[in-house]
Amino acid sequence: MISVIRTQGLTKRYGAATALDGLTLDVPEGELLALLGHNGAGKTTAMKLLLGLTRPSIGEAWVLGAKPGTQEAVALRRDIGFLPENVTFGDAMTGFEALTFYARLKGEGRNAVLDLLERVGLAEAAKNRIRTYSKGMRQRLGLAQALLGRPRLLLLDEPTTGLDPVLRLTFFGFVEELKRAGTTVILSSHVLTELEMRTDRIAILRQGRLVACNTLDGLRRQAGLPVRIRLKAPPEQADSLARAAGPGSRITFVNGRTVELSVDAGDKMAAVRNLAAGIHGVEDLDILPPSLEEIYAVFGSREVQP
Amino acid sequence: MRTTLIIAEKEIREGLRNRWVAAATLLLATLALALAFVGSTPTGEVAAGRLTVTVVSLSSLSIYLLPLIALLLAFDTIVGEAERGTLLLTLAYPVSRGRIIVGKFLGHAAIIAFATVFGFGAAAVAIAAVAAPSAAEWRSFAGLIGSSVLLGWVFLSIAYVISTAVRERSTAAGISIVVWLFLVLLYDMGLLGLLVATGGQGVIGDITPFLLLANPCDAYRLLTLAGFDAAGSLTGLAVATEGMSPASPLAALILWTLAPLTVAWGLFKRREL
Repeated sequence: MISVIRTQGLTKRYGAATALDGLTLDVPEGELLALLGHNGAGKTTAMKLLLGLTRPSIGEAWVLGAKPGTQEAVALRRDIGFLPENVTFGDAMTGFEALTFYARLKGEGRNAVLDLLERVGLAEAAKNRIRTYSKGMRQRLGLAQALLGRPRLLLLDEPTTGLDPVLRLTFFGFVEELKRAGTTVILSSHVLTELEMRTDRIAILRQGRLVACNTLDGLRRQAGLPVRIRLKAPPEQADSLARAAGPGSRITFVNGRTVELSVDAGDKMAAVRNLAAGIHGVEDLDILPPSLEEIYAVFGSREVQP
Repeated sequence: MRTTLIIAEKEIREGLRNRWVAAATLLLATLALALAFVGSTPTGEVAAGRLTVTVVSLSSLSIYLLPLIALLLAFDTIVGEAERGTLLLTLAYPVSRGRIIVGKFLGHAAIIAFATVFGFGAAAVAIAAVAAPSAAEWRSFAGLIGSSVLLGWVFLSIAYVISTAVRERSTAAGISIVVWLFLVLLYDMGLLGLLVATGGQGVIGDITPFLLLANPCDAYRLLTLAGFDAAGSLTGLAVATEGMSPASPLAALILWTLAPLTVAWGLFKRREL
């Protein structure tokens, strides 16, 4: 598998502050990698370094085979789409003019512009000045410019900010489509639920350091969080259900005919077998693995070795 | 080259859109016309033709105005875009920083050239309608337009250095004002003081022509006024620059355009976002 992005000890310091601390990462072609972290965790710095907008203090990076900032890398930007956080355009220009400007820099024609404006739902507003656009419309225009020229690599910094739920779905539709065509996507987001089902791997940055980078399942294992089992069962059976589920289990929630237990991840299968045996009046059973939010809370706040 | 022109075209388009081009052209035309018809009244009937008188008054005015217009037009070209966030996006495109600087400069240079040619040109056309300027007068007027454009470019170039060197738009604005004050007003006052104090004797007297060339405003003055007799005699500048060929101030202005632009390019290449 070819690495679209490879970094080795990539570090960026601003004076005494370290924005990114020794990032070593390999992103194969066609992967969708989510970059998670609090504000100031180093997500944006990482993207800027990959684009050559800023130089690393230590370490190296290769993007599409070239080192960012070199002449070769400048030419390769034709194959990179970038959506910065809080994207802005010249307010005096119309949406059509702004997108045409960027399209021409990538050697794309008028048809590509019209097509993208249509796809992001800005066809009607294209003739209006960007000054009159809402935040969502600006974000859509930003998205359109990132998609210009069918990029091989997409770097999206908080791409869904300001988008309504319908447009979020449309957005992920675009991303899926590009991903199927082999585009590598790196995106950072605060809205964790929308990432859960869509990413191949999740990289978590904390104070500039990569604290975890794994698939969702891998992160769940690493985090060692218990699995919750929600049962439809008589509440008076709660204690015996907890005993049946295994030694590490405990009751987390009882309400009406719902009993929720928390079980160690390793005991999950045994617990399900015992609970489903039918002796405790269990009518239904749902397994709730730890959500990305819960996993993120673990890695984002405590020291975890990747 | 193609990307450079795309950038230049965008600057021109924005200049047209935000009325910069219209405002600068109108301002220059109004002043040129006012000087052509009102400004020459006090001189009465002198040996100098109407167009020549206009050249002299226009050049003294341009020394103040064109640098100001150029600085205002370009002081935030990089720092402003960096502050607004549009620079971040443009730099993520397949265009080198050198091309961005050159492209932007070409766009701004075209705006300055357009405003000067059409602004001053309007006055020339109006004068031609009432008086009949000689061929020499026409030449000197064309020279005025050419050197005024060049003066504008010099200050654009200086504005680019300011814009690439600082991190905040307000700092760039402040430095622009200081630069304008120094080069347009204070430098000459200092030089004059020096000449008076030394009586123009010794080293100071010898290097005065070079000190004049070292300031683009003075180089401009030398180029527009000392270049021909009639205007030279109106200003008395000819005395200071006896024996100097017009090529020297022209070379000085060209150098003053290219050198700061090169510095701006170097600064921009190293700038981190």
